[in-house]
Amino acid sequence: MLFSFRMLATRALSLVGKRAISTSICLRGGHGVAKVDDYALPAYFDRRENPLPDVQFVTELSAVQKSLKEKEKGSWATLSNEEKIALYRISFKQSFAEMNEGTKEWKSVIAGMFFFIGMTGLVVLWQRKFVYGPVPPTFESEWKEKEVQRMLDMRINPVEGFSAKWDYENKEWKK
Amino acid sequence: FSPVGKMFRPVVRLSTSGVRSLTRTRPCYSAPLASRCYSHAKVETDEEFDARWVTYFSKPDIDAWELKKGMNTLIGYDLVPEPKILDSALRACRRLNDLASAIRILEAVKDKSGPHKDIYPYLIQELQPTLIELGISTPEDLGMDIL
Repeated sequence: MLFSFRMLATRALSLVGKRAISTSICLRGGHGVAKVDDYALPAYFDRRENPLPDVQFVTELSAVQKSLKEKEKGSWATLSNEEKIALYRISFKQSFAEMNEGTKEWKSVIAGMFFFIGMTGLVVLWQRKFVYGPVPPTFESEWKEKEVQRMLDMRINPVEGFSAKWDYENKEWKK
Repeated sequence: FSPVGKMFRPVVRLSTSGVRSLTRTRPCYSAPLASRCYSHAKVETDEEFDARWVTYFSKPDIDAWELKKGMNTLIGYDLVPEPKILDSALRACRRLNDLASAIRILEAVKDKSGPHKDIYPYLIQELQPTLIELGISTPEDLGMDIL
């Protein structure tokens, strides 16, 4: 009666690890204890929005740490700063300052951006040389001169636009 | 003339039926135009909120899970807890012999203040008697606020 089946199983499991076993152990039908996979147990993680994680960071305490934990039960004023920091590090992996520390990843991002923009530029230059055919004759400066002259002769937009900017008396663009 | 009359008649019919449907589907009871349809649930005042949380952490036999749950929930809210709530939480840490959590709580509220840099010094100032009494060092004392 004192040592029920349930207690034996929990004692056996407590030897495996100090993690909190949240799943209840079903012993019906004599099938034994269900295997608790590591991923199913509460995990430790440092997050701003979850300041106190479900488990301590350090699960197996060394002798020094154990004695420190005993000392913690007394007055905290007797603890030195190093001891307090050690207690903190038992429970937590990173402090808030460490957790919130920015990475230098942005430099890589900007570098990558410039690199790929440069690559694209090279591709465009290559394309201009090797892919595109010649530009139509209408782009030649001789042709363009004749085009402009024709537009002026036709009085294109003479009020406020194109021809309005041409001085017909002095045959030059208006200043 | 007659085509015009025919044109207007259906329009008039539509508008009258439209007006009727409007009055039918109006959800609020007939009250002055300025009233809104807000929930009639009682809103908890700040004092009630504070008192509730102080009571939560003041439980003499509070266990570690309850402390963690309470603290994580409190940090999830869009506010920085009042010094009296933090005092209660720090005392709960003392009952649980958990100095690390006490320091973590202080870090968390400093982080919670965000850009408002004057909140944390105020909290520390208000909590100073408790910190001295319980022997809790602030993260600044331990040099944990810098890298």
